[in-house]
Amino acid sequence: MSTSNPATVNRWETVIGLETHVQLSTAAKIFSGASTAFGAAPNTQASAVDIALPGVLPVLNRGAVERAIRFGLAVGGNINRRSVFARKNYFYPDLPKGYQISQYEFPVVTGGEVGVASPTRGDLRVHLPRAHLEEVAGMSLHEDFHGMTGIDLNRAGTPLLEIVTEPDLRSSDEAVAYARTLHGLVRWIGICDGNMQEGSFRCDANVSVRRTGSDVLGTRCEIKNLNSFRFMQEAIDFEVRRQIELIEDGGTVVQETRLYDPDRHETRSMRSKEDAQDYRYFPDPDLPPLVIGEDWIERVRSELPELPEAMRARFVRDHALPAADAATLTASRELAAYFESAASAAGGEAKIAANWTLGEVSAALNRNDIDIARSPVSAPQLAGLLKRIADGTISGKIAKEVFDAMWAGEADGDAAADTIIDRRGLRQISDQGAIERIVADAIAANPAIVAEYKAGKEKAFNSLIGRVMAASKGRANPAQVNAILKQLLG
Amino acid sequence: MTGVASTGTVAELAAALRARKLSSVELTTALLARIEQAQSTLNTFVTIDAEGALEQARAADAVLTRPDEPPPLAGVPIAHKDVIMTAGLPTTCSSRMLANFIAPYDAHVAGGLRTAGTVLVGKTNMDEFAMGSSNETSWFGPVRNPWNRDFVPGGSSGGSAAAVAARLVPAATGTDTGGSIRQPASLSGVCGLKPTYGVCSRYGLVAFASSLDTPGMFARTAEDCGLLLNAMAGHDARDSTSLDRPREDYTRDLELPLEGLRIGMPAEYFGDGIDADVAAAVDQALAQFRKQGATTVPIVLPNVRLSVPVYYVIASAEASSNLSRFDGVRYGHRAKDYTDLADMYSKSRAEGFGAEVKRRILIGTYVLSHGYYDAYYLKAQQVRRLIADDFARAYQQCDVIMGPTAPAPAFRIGDKTDDPVQMYLNDIFTIAGNLTGAPGISIPCGFDRRGLPIGLQIQANYFAEARLLNVAHRYQLDTDWHARVPGGFAP
Repeated sequence: MSTSNPATVNRWETVIGLETHVQLSTAAKIFSGASTAFGAAPNTQASAVDIALPGVLPVLNRGAVERAIRFGLAVGGNINRRSVFARKNYFYPDLPKGYQISQYEFPVVTGGEVGVASPTRGDLRVHLPRAHLEEVAGMSLHEDFHGMTGIDLNRAGTPLLEIVTEPDLRSSDEAVAYARTLHGLVRWIGICDGNMQEGSFRCDANVSVRRTGSDVLGTRCEIKNLNSFRFMQEAIDFEVRRQIELIEDGGTVVQETRLYDPDRHETRSMRSKEDAQDYRYFPDPDLPPLVIGEDWIERVRSELPELPEAMRARFVRDHALPAADAATLTASRELAAYFESAASAAGGEAKIAANWTLGEVSAALNRNDIDIARSPVSAPQLAGLLKRIADGTISGKIAKEVFDAMWAGEADGDAAADTIIDRRGLRQISDQGAIERIVADAIAANPAIVAEYKAGKEKAFNSLIGRVMAASKGRANPAQVNAILKQLLG
Repeated sequence: MTGVASTGTVAELAAALRARKLSSVELTTALLARIEQAQSTLNTFVTIDAEGALEQARAADAVLTRPDEPPPLAGVPIAHKDVIMTAGLPTTCSSRMLANFIAPYDAHVAGGLRTAGTVLVGKTNMDEFAMGSSNETSWFGPVRNPWNRDFVPGGSSGGSAAAVAARLVPAATGTDTGGSIRQPASLSGVCGLKPTYGVCSRYGLVAFASSLDTPGMFARTAEDCGLLLNAMAGHDARDSTSLDRPREDYTRDLELPLEGLRIGMPAEYFGDGIDADVAAAVDQALAQFRKQGATTVPIVLPNVRLSVPVYYVIASAEASSNLSRFDGVRYGHRAKDYTDLADMYSKSRAEGFGAEVKRRILIGTYVLSHGYYDAYYLKAQQVRRLIADDFARAYQQCDVIMGPTAPAPAFRIGDKTDDPVQMYLNDIFTIAGNLTGAPGISIPCGFDRRGLPIGLQIQANYFAEARLLNVAHRYQLDTDWHARVPGGFAP
């Protein structure tokens, strides 16, 4: 839903902060050795620790910590040398211990920021006060059990990094832009698979409104569990309008937790602040404070890949790409690698490599719902094609035919483009005499068009070029055709 | 086989088994008979596993006949406190909540003793979820003191203490969270060792208060405690608070002479409120140590007086969280009839837990609640540090600290059940050792005028178990308090 009355909206400012739950891509759970793989039969991936048998104890998975460090370094945050796991106590059937192990007073990462391209405010720095490690609870399944509830503890103990922003965002567009950037970043640094359908990346949005010019925050509502960018946008837009209308009608916003219903396009109250539980946080006595040494941090730092922001800047600087193209190319590490590999194999034809990667390649991938890592046309193959465009062997138009043939698997190897060009006889005709013959034939065969041209209809010229190109099956060098045609028509 | 053989110490029995003077089946059979016989009077066991024990005994005998070196405690029968998970056997914590719970795995310490060749005869009665100092909070009824059946054996590990005192087993495990090994050892007239926190893994102990719970053992001699500790100690990757230290033989220093030993006598342990017979017995023990060349040094532990309130904040806070998993959802007691989820929780827990457990859950929930955390839990943790500082200063002046284990000998069953604070004060001398994590042992040092045992507590600095056992052992060489047998339980 979009806000319908801009005049009203302009009197109000939206303030949004996001909490993102990023499921970490470890093979085992955060406090047990059980697998984190998605989709297994219920309760087959729940160990004694996960189901909280009496006497079992948590043991921290260092892989989860390492991913938190990676994130902290990637956003320029502080990796706290000492952080503390705490127990968040509440009763729920899918919470086997009766408490969730999380970090409360002393999170593993504090500070840091993410650079986001705001649609209205340009380059926006979104500040992150904290990111902390925690475990996920299990799942309650209310359908299919006829008045009973099924509990699946496969997910219980899956590691999460909860990343919190300051209330720096001013619109649903900015919130989505931040979430997309963060989503790209966590996959980029390999800490999360980013699969939103499986719940690997979920956001809670804290939304409030205030009169434009006010520096006091309004009362916020928290919208829970937004697991798609579209829902996030819709939910925030709905909520902003709801709050504005409420206040303008003389009401007040009540601090509460709300859920977005994507079918009805609205947010609904889940629980108010008065119902908020007292979680009785206290340091988990089963887990000593998490101490992270300098050497660990330095090793992780040395293994960090070039980050998307830095890469974007480099693409603009070194390859003279437009900022928008650089941003799109760095949406994922695989895409960026594909582009870089194609550009370098094509002998530095960066601009054309970017156009092809974002154009033909991306379109074909989308059409066929294939990931760039599995593209049937490899980066070296694309480079082989780009080289033939650059050296005039084929025209851009023919290149699309060659690309389609490569996509269909007509030839193998890095030189696939050459094989197809030769096999299909697609080499561009640049022989002056040969082109002159084709042009002369075309003039002779189309006296009516020639007459129109001579009568001053410029369009007729393009029509003749079309006839020539068709006669050459698209292989005639367009520039030469143009010159020769002009010359022969006198 | 004679009755005397069946009631030897762990060291004696292990030697006899090795020398093939005794088979484990004979020994186990004899002890099972004693256990069965005593069960109606003492109620020391929750589960007696005669069949399983004999099977283990036969296996041990097979091992003992082979030429290769047998495991150190091959064929020696023991019992576990029913808070320690033992694969295939019920582990009830003496609670209705877990009355039908069968443990699917072995606790680390149970595994260690299994590997050392011991034969598990059963699980001993205890205060419910290890909360109590008298063994009266058990769902399965109180344990009775072998020295006088109208009296409590102490708690929470009362079943283990009484079983060892009555010569039903030569040794048994216990857990000590605020004194739950040392206090019943004292009241029942046996040795009870609480090692340094982290030396024995907590994996497989049903958690009461995680930062205080310490597995340990009861036996009649210090030497036997060392033999069991050798099997129970060691790093366990499944417990993040288990310490990774080189293995050691805790019996290595048993015979060292005590010349030059400096014994700290805290003013706070010898003040008012100590039973006269207890004070006299402890004085006599100290005199005995001086005779062996030790010196006594007056020390002060000014913050120890705060240990009982600090303990009841920290232990209850941790317990309130640890016991949340007993919700009737996955295992344990679930109420028969309930209207909704909240009702299911509240009825299951109201029915499953006894009064003392509920009291501690309520205290713990209160002290952790919003607005009270700083005043109670955080403050208690700060005082805990001050208490540890007191001990650190004291150990610059002395090697061990001695005093009574409990202010008085055993009390009558029912005497203190209505007064939780009086009950809690029973642990006034033992709690500090849990708050600091340092080791302590209680050894028999006499009897009161009614014939009830009195215990001497010896504490030492972290990881000084070998020294503690040495001091206790030298005392036991010159005294026979530990060798006395309660009437009616002579072999």
